[in-house]
Amino acid sequence: MQCEHVHELLPEVVDGNHQADPDVVDHVQGCLRCQAELVQYRRLLRALHNLRTEVLEPAPGTLSGILAHIEAVGERGAIRSLLSGRRAAYVGGLAVATAAAGAGAIVLLGRGKRRVRAA
Amino acid sequence: MPTDLAVLVAAAVDGDRSAFEELVKATYADAYTLAFRLTGNEEDARDVVQDAYLRAYKGLKKFRGDASFSTWMYRITANCASSYLVKRSRNRHENLDDETHLADERPEIDPELRADAASERRRLADALESLPPDMRAVVVLRDVYDLPHEAIAAELGITEGAAKVRLHRARKRLRERLFPLRAERDGEESAHAV
Repeated sequence: MQCEHVHELLPEVVDGNHQADPDVVDHVQGCLRCQAELVQYRRLLRALHNLRTEVLEPAPGTLSGILAHIEAVGERGAIRSLLSGRRAAYVGGLAVATAAAGAGAIVLLGRGKRRVRAA
Repeated sequence: MPTDLAVLVAAAVDGDRSAFEELVKATYADAYTLAFRLTGNEEDARDVVQDAYLRAYKGLKKFRGDASFSTWMYRITANCASSYLVKRSRNRHENLDDETHLADERPEIDPELRADAASERRRLADALESLPPDMRAVVVLRDVYDLPHEAIAAELGITEGAAKVRLHRARKRLRERLFPLRAERDGEESAHAV
């Protein structure tokens, strides 16, 4: 097995999630060059993992920007629900008025017919 | 998930906006850090993190609680950053060429000659920044934030296989950049069989 072949596999096997072929393991155990490269990858991974503990100071205005966005969306939602509530009330009122007008017309028609019969 | 956060999440899911604002205050620096690592600059990170929290707010009912709120935010932030970077690359014609040579060949930066942790950290941050955004996203999400390949692929809109290939290339590039002397020397040496 050649070092170049092993070097291609090291970025995958270094985190232990990818099972290394026994031939590769044998090669690395007997090859200082590949061992050195594996050490470099391990060191790289450790350094990357350590970055996780580092929390950067957010740029000024980040928090207020986020909160302002959320507030704007919340207000838009409230306005929308208010409008949709008003729309429902308007439609409901219209329906009641139409029904009342219809009922009134029926009553008036009924009275008219009775008067005609009485005459 | 810490109890305080869990309580805030539950209240926020029930529609308590002030609870969501408290959640933002407790987690935004972390989300900003990820956004900065993915975008490489403050202004873009701020835009990404604003967009991410807005999406989280709108999609809070979808949060199932099987992962921590922070992990959920990482995924949303990664997704927002990915969309943002695609838009940015269209506007700025950023060089995404995978073959760009990034190795820093200055001998004085050989890590074996420098034990200083802060310096190493800075060099690592620089090396990450020098990666093309698509590679950087995968290596940051996997090796810094421990997201599984499946989640990374889903948030970046790529296949799991593509995510693994990018990770492989990114690790290789970072190694070459951080250990330039060895990489160069290894390149010059001919292959030898054992």
